[in-house]
Amino acid sequence: MTRYLRYLVPLAIFVVLVAFLYRGLSLDPKRVPSPLVGKPMPQFSLPRLKDPAATLSDADLRGKVSILNIWATWCVSCRAEHEVLLLLAKSGKVDIYGLNYKDERVKAKQWLAQLGDPYVANAFDEDGRTGIDWGVYGAPETFIMDREGVIRHKHIGPLTVDALNNEILPLIAELQSTP
Amino acid sequence: MIKETLNNSSCRRTPASSTLKTDDTRIKHNILISLVSVLLLCLLICAGPTQAGVTLEAFKFDSKAEEQHFKDLIEELRCLVCQNQSLADSDAELAHDLRAEVYDMIQAGKNNEEIVAFLVARYGDFVLYNPPVKPSTWLIWFGPFVLLLIAAILLLRTLRRQKSIPATEITPEERARLDAILGSTQPEQDKKT
Repeated sequence: MTRYLRYLVPLAIFVVLVAFLYRGLSLDPKRVPSPLVGKPMPQFSLPRLKDPAATLSDADLRGKVSILNIWATWCVSCRAEHEVLLLLAKSGKVDIYGLNYKDERVKAKQWLAQLGDPYVANAFDEDGRTGIDWGVYGAPETFIMDREGVIRHKHIGPLTVDALNNEILPLIAELQSTP
Repeated sequence: MIKETLNNSSCRRTPASSTLKTDDTRIKHNILISLVSVLLLCLLICAGPTQAGVTLEAFKFDSKAEEQHFKDLIEELRCLVCQNQSLADSDAELAHDLRAEVYDMIQAGKNNEEIVAFLVARYGDFVLYNPPVKPSTWLIWFGPFVLLLIAAILLLRTLRRQKSIPATEITPEERARLDAILGSTQPEQDKKT
């Protein structure tokens, strides 16, 4: 038995090493898990994009399952996910709010006029301070909140139809079914 | 600012080449020096673009000490966009904003723990280059020491096993033969030749 051990031990170490390296290869270092998941959403109060005189605050998102999507016109993959947001809005299952992050008001309004507007309302975060409170480090990012205003999920990167069907919609259905 | 510290580090390294004895060590030192200079060159090239007016953009400080405090703090924080750069080095939009945020908090009289807690609450432990000791990081903190301990135990065991192997005993007949071959009971090599 001990005769084989000298061959088996290095082999075992090698296998463990390969397992770790393989796992490491399949991880995306750009996706940093948010410490905000499971916590109440950060408070904010910002002028709305289309109507600067009115404000949008976290209070508007409470009392129902809601989505906050962080986007900007300078963000290329935001354009890619816009179709998916429109699809989600069309389903009528959830209110989508937007946080227009470090953008220009004119451009952002133009974008919505041209591509369609999936948002119930947009908060205009010109200096990105609210974005920092939400731990935003790269648009697009999408948060899902339950009725209590607790963040239940963060999707980093553009939403895809796959993500919609496999993560977002099931979670929304689950959150809405719990009283 | 960064340039100065780079020069300092190069100054610290060069005295190693002062005492050269043989050609062999001279060659080795030459290789070492060229390696170090290539490394420094790489550092300069890589750090070059980010130095140009990015770090410490327009921040004003009351004292040198305060400025140093700010610099030390942002050196320890990681930028989430350019993940291998600190907040001090990164030219990413987010790094600009976070530097401004850190600056504002320092001006507001917050201490390091409060500032770090602010960032960790939003971005997680990932912003820290120095991860805190907690169950999920035990492996990286203590793993190397555990490995070292295992290695030490294995080494001790191997050494002890070698020592415990008994010296080969020889029989009286073998002893007699040995003496015969060696010529006398107390062999003196000088006399033999």
